[in-house]
Amino acid sequence: MSAPAVSFQAVKKQYGSLEALKGVSFDVRPGSFFGLLGPNGAGKSTLINSMAGLVKPTSGKILVNGHDVNTDYRQARRYLGVVPQELISDPFFTLRELLDIQSGYFGLRSREQRMWISELLERLALTDKANAVTNELSGGMKRRVLIAMALVHRPQVLVLDEPTAGVDVDLRRTLWEFTKELHKKGHTIILTTHYLEEAEALCEEVAIVKGGELKALEATSDLLSRHNYRYLRVVLESLAGFEKEKLSPELKERFIEQDANGLMFKLEKNVPLNQMLSWLSQSHLSVKDLTSRDATLEEVFLDLTGEA
Amino acid sequence: METNWIGCWALFVKEVRRFYSVAVQTVFAPVVSSLLYLLIFGQVIDTKIEVFSGLSYSQFLIPGLVMMTILQNAFSNTSSSLIQSKMHGNLTFVMLSPISPLEFYLAFVGASIIRGLAVGLGVLVVGIVGFDIAWESPLWILLFAVLSAAIMGGVGMTAGILSDKYDHLAAFQNFIIIPLTFLSGVFYSIHALPAFWQVFSHFNPFFYMVDGFRYGFFAQSDVSIYLSLGVTTLFFLGITAINLILLYKGVKIRN
Ligand SMILES: Nc1ncnc2c1ncn2[C@@H]1O[C@H](COP(=O)(O)OP(=O)(O)O)[C@@H](O)[C@H]1O
Ligand SMILES: [Mg+2]
Repeated sequence: MSAPAVSFQAVKKQYGSLEALKGVSFDVRPGSFFGLLGPNGAGKSTLINSMAGLVKPTSGKILVNGHDVNTDYRQARRYLGVVPQELISDPFFTLRELLDIQSGYFGLRSREQRMWISELLERLALTDKANAVTNELSGGMKRRVLIAMALVHRPQVLVLDEPTAGVDVDLRRTLWEFTKELHKKGHTIILTTHYLEEAEALCEEVAIVKGGELKALEATSDLLSRHNYRYLRVVLESLAGFEKEKLSPELKERFIEQDANGLMFKLEKNVPLNQMLSWLSQSHLSVKDLTSRDATLEEVFLDLTGEA
Repeated sequence: METNWIGCWALFVKEVRRFYSVAVQTVFAPVVSSLLYLLIFGQVIDTKIEVFSGLSYSQFLIPGLVMMTILQNAFSNTSSSLIQSKMHGNLTFVMLSPISPLEFYLAFVGASIIRGLAVGLGVLVVGIVGFDIAWESPLWILLFAVLSAAIMGGVGMTAGILSDKYDHLAAFQNFIIIPLTFLSGVFYSIHALPAFWQVFSHFNPFFYMVDGFRYGFFAQSDVSIYLSLGVTTLFFLGITAINLILLYKGVKIRN
């Protein structure tokens, strides 16, 4: 049994009177693609920055590959590549110089290292910006620069704090491909994101935090299948004269919204579709078509965090 | 104990390259402004005062000016580098690397020593060429130059760590650094002062740096060279301790 890639043990962080983390404990399995989800202000960045040593937790312990990020920080930092949420630049050095300098901080100065830097630039489509000063680059490019900087020492664990926030669709796709590839090569990836479809598409496991507390932690597929609801879209012969008030009580409490030519209901999985159909006919609605689907991560998330 | 001297060296070289890349601002400009002081004070006052026996006022002034330049530039190097790194966020890159607080301190202070000496040397060369300056004991000169630059590099680091914006730094510079340097005996021997200010000067650590440095040139000083060395060394140890505590605790930069 190998050590967890990252182990959070009762991590608390107090900012004045605000408890940003209220004793968070969980492990990230080595080699997993792990999603850290939560609404704004949930404490995701605080958690990630604590792991990176950018924030000192008030109490608790974090181990990276068995190394305490506080007492054994040198080893811990060698295992960690962190892409912070805030964009960073340096007006004094070109991109290639920055990557060289960062390598130096990690004690890496070989020819292989310079080749790795060239490869990173190539892979992140930054080669033609290698001699540009970073504060002149666009936001999307700065994001890629941060990823290159995080990978300069070939860390086992790559942590990305909202890497795709405010990034255009093209770049988002590219970043997805790139992280998937790293994951295939055996890297542990920890990703925080706002875009739940992103977590659903990429992450094998997700943790959901809110208000500094862990709300859920499981395999993405388990979380989705364990979720008690499915979503039903009913297309009617005619929507003319439809009013929510005319629905039977059973339908009314399961009704979510009305769109151009259909109604959306949220139905418990143990309620048979027959039952649903009979409720619909009791309400004098003639059904033209009906589609059912499982909940998306977004819907599970909203249920768990009570954001709906 | 594990060390990362390559990392420390890389950070030091980066810090040196940083000021070198804007050398007009960080080296050339301070040399010119010190020479302006020399021109103005030297020319106006030169004939009227003999501070130390056998020396013209300009000759007396030059070591003081060199020291003042070293002090201000060493301070400026660490403090502005840190505050800019905070502003642009790139201090994070160092924070994410396996560089220890001690290595961080040595790299930054090392670079500010280089900056201080580079600027000081610029002023000194003009002084030597133009004003026939002696150098009785180059070792004392070098020792005080390096020690004082290290101290001010350290003070600049403390200021840079504690400041959240340029305003804080400017306040630090205008209300502490500049008054203390001007009152340190750069422009006069403290024996020329009224008794109260003489006593006051003895509480100004910069006074000992200037006085010890000047001793290296003329083998004359206001107080004993060993007293100056002792006070300066103590000050260096104090500021080193303060910075290491701030860095180990992560005050402001790892909060
Ligand atoms: N440096 C700080 N000082 C004070 N409060 C902070 C600081 N950083 C974060 N917080 C607060 O801690 C909470 C969690 O923030 P954060 O970890 O950034 O959330 P997330 O990344 O999930 O959006 C928020 O309420 C935020 O305002
Ligand atoms: Mg965040």
